[in-house]
Amino acid sequence: MVSVCLYFQVHQPFRLRKDYSFFDIGVNHFYEDEAVNREICNKVSQKCYLPANEVMFQLINKFEGKFKVAYSITGIALEQFEKYNPEVIDSFKRLASTGCVEFINETYYHSLSFIYSRAEFKRQVQMHRKKIIELFNQKPQTFRNTELIYNNELGKFIENMGFKTILTEGADHILSWRSPNFLYQPIDCYKLTVLLKNYKLSDDIAFRFSNRDWDEFPLTADKYASWLHNISGSGEIINLFMDYETFGEHQWLDTGIFAFLNALPGEILRHPDFQFINPSEARKFYTPVAQLDVPYYISWADVERDLTAWIGNPLQNSAIEMAYSLEKKILATRDPDLISIWRKLLVSDHFYYMCTKWFSDGDVHKYFNPFNSPYDAYLVYTNVLNDLKISAEKSRSQNK
Amino acid sequence: MKVLMFGWEFPPFISGGLGPACYGITRGLLNNGVDVTFVIPTRKNKDISDPIRIICADEVPIMTSEIPMVEDSEQYISQLKMLGIENRVAISPYVTTMLKALIKDENQEKIVIPGSKLTRGSVLAFTGEYGDNLLQEVVNYGLVGGSIPDLQDYDVIHAHDWLTYFAGIQAKVASGKPLIVHVHATEFDRSGENMNQEVYNIEKSGMEIADKIIAVSHYTKNIIIKYYGIDPGKIEVVYNAVNKEKQLERYKMKKNVDEKIVLFLGRVTMQKGPEYFINAANLVLKRMKNVRFVMAGSGDMLPRMISRMAELKIADRFHFTGFLRGMEVEKMYAISDLYVMPSVSEPFGLTPFEALLYDVPIIISRQSGAAELLKNAIILDFWDVRKLADIIVAILKNEELARNIVEACKDEIKNIGWNNAGARIKDIYRNILNSKV
Repeated sequence: MVSVCLYFQVHQPFRLRKDYSFFDIGVNHFYEDEAVNREICNKVSQKCYLPANEVMFQLINKFEGKFKVAYSITGIALEQFEKYNPEVIDSFKRLASTGCVEFINETYYHSLSFIYSRAEFKRQVQMHRKKIIELFNQKPQTFRNTELIYNNELGKFIENMGFKTILTEGADHILSWRSPNFLYQPIDCYKLTVLLKNYKLSDDIAFRFSNRDWDEFPLTADKYASWLHNISGSGEIINLFMDYETFGEHQWLDTGIFAFLNALPGEILRHPDFQFINPSEARKFYTPVAQLDVPYYISWADVERDLTAWIGNPLQNSAIEMAYSLEKKILATRDPDLISIWRKLLVSDHFYYMCTKWFSDGDVHKYFNPFNSPYDAYLVYTNVLNDLKISAEKSRSQNK
Repeated sequence: MKVLMFGWEFPPFISGGLGPACYGITRGLLNNGVDVTFVIPTRKNKDISDPIRIICADEVPIMTSEIPMVEDSEQYISQLKMLGIENRVAISPYVTTMLKALIKDENQEKIVIPGSKLTRGSVLAFTGEYGDNLLQEVVNYGLVGGSIPDLQDYDVIHAHDWLTYFAGIQAKVASGKPLIVHVHATEFDRSGENMNQEVYNIEKSGMEIADKIIAVSHYTKNIIIKYYGIDPGKIEVVYNAVNKEKQLERYKMKKNVDEKIVLFLGRVTMQKGPEYFINAANLVLKRMKNVRFVMAGSGDMLPRMISRMAELKIADRFHFTGFLRGMEVEKMYAISDLYVMPSVSEPFGLTPFEALLYDVPIIISRQSGAAELLKNAIILDFWDVRKLADIIVAILKNEELARNIVEACKDEIKNIGWNNAGARIKDIYRNILNSKV
């Protein structure tokens, strides 16, 4: 039996006001570009989340439990839905009630906290866990780190936190000749299993679906299903991981992406040896074929599949180090507002906007960047951080 | 070029900043070859010796037959209407009670009772103060404006602040010459949102009737646009020298951060030496913490400078503002405690002079024209980053030193500053005259 494991990432960043200047430091504590955040949440809800959830719900009903899907929805996205689009929360709740949908645990603020502060990482994972239980009445079994960032240390840490399954990228440089289509066990772990994204097949949908220069254009559900069927005999689990916004937002309605999605499960299940499973079920069906050794951080981003989308250049390093250096100061204030805004500044997208590599992934970066340049992003971010630092210092001196 | 100026204060009669400013402007114009005649309310029986011609309003025979009473605003408005001016002035009746204080001058035949008939050739009395009768005096000063001898001989009329706007307007009406009103302060500055409506009305009508407005800062220009509804294209900015505390008070502005601020302001290009500023900042920050550095401006080196700052990990003490405009520039100077111009090569360099207007001590590179004039500034080789850092620390830690630098430099450039202002104003005259032809 070959399993197809679908997992979709749902995330909306916390965008800052682009005009937050030096003169605002010390006087203006309102950092959020609320209008843009609301507008984008509204737009993506209409174009993607609501229609895609409807398709998923119909498919689950149609296949009577044989179609399964998993989501990771960041805490910062959930907060914004609660504020701007409560109907999106309701539609995810409806999916949760089918029993065919798994919700995956990650850091609440979609942060890089594992790299900078284990204590903060743990707090954010627990916050997210609490939120999932509260909204979807489900105890998460599976963990995925922000942007599928992963290394051996993270595997061990996650096992110690009690998770059974973790997801990451099936990057070529860690697999070399091996296939992502099997279950693996992180090195030094005894219980934790790792699912690896099949990036080729995932990206066929997420990035290439509507690309007219692509040899395989147009991609139909039966053609795509046949590629999966070909794996039968040489793999056990095909992990298709992608941004949920692929449906209707990155690939627009008129590309036929929803029709494709609608037809795909039927085409896949046409093969008697194929089934859909949720990530946490993988260990019931399969045993790890080998240990996976990942001494250096990997991620699912850009061609490098490393951390350079968020950290590495001087702007990013300076910003993120300054942000985490405030941890003690901020937490010591015990001011929930200050702590919450500080955590919102840890959202990884802030550092993504400061990325200066404009090579093969430049277009993707530009698409997602609300700022005109990485330098603008850096200056606004550090201005905000300076104001937050002053606020924390004032708050602390008042408490004394 | 001949200009007729109306002022309320002039040395030796000074009660605020207006007098010295008018004096400076007349010096600047004089040095730029402009022939200035300056009208003041009264000489108070004192001799005034000045290279420019002074006319005292209380010696000018009035060409009209009646003094309009300020209580009788209808009458005054209709009179102004007869003069062809769309009048927006309404003076409230409460002023009348104050008029009783007007006293007839016993020594001369000066008629001071409002509403009384005049014989041609009568003169009016002025105190030239800011007393209870101010509004009546302002109206009377207006009558003088239209009665200045040989009005046709002047090329432009220039009126300083609302006190003299009626005079300017009447002179314009009588002569057909262009009127410039010079805004040193507005009622908004003086009273905030609780403005005196009469004064506001006089200011607004002056600004509307004027052919050009000179504002003393972009800040003032913005107020004129925002609160008086004047077309921005009609307003020019010419700086006066002002004192920093007053400036801050006027902007109703506080420093947004508690620390000392060290400023670089200019294009962020090779020529301006921005990297020397950043490197010096880094050295300073190793020795003292209660300081922030600001690099204001834009240019092709900006991305590199931002990266350099980030590399040094001083983002909690070093800020970039990008390109600043008008009021933001003034604000930036006003909140700074030290200005550094580390130019690699600078033919002149205007920014240190601007910084001095805001009482900011300056450090400038030897490789600049400014260093020739500002001998009392701290002058360094642009590449000497260690010394620059040492001196920044020394000035920030010693307020007296900072003050001494400012005082000494301002003394050096006193005349230079007014000459620049004079040249700017002369340009404005010329442009008006050219556009009239």
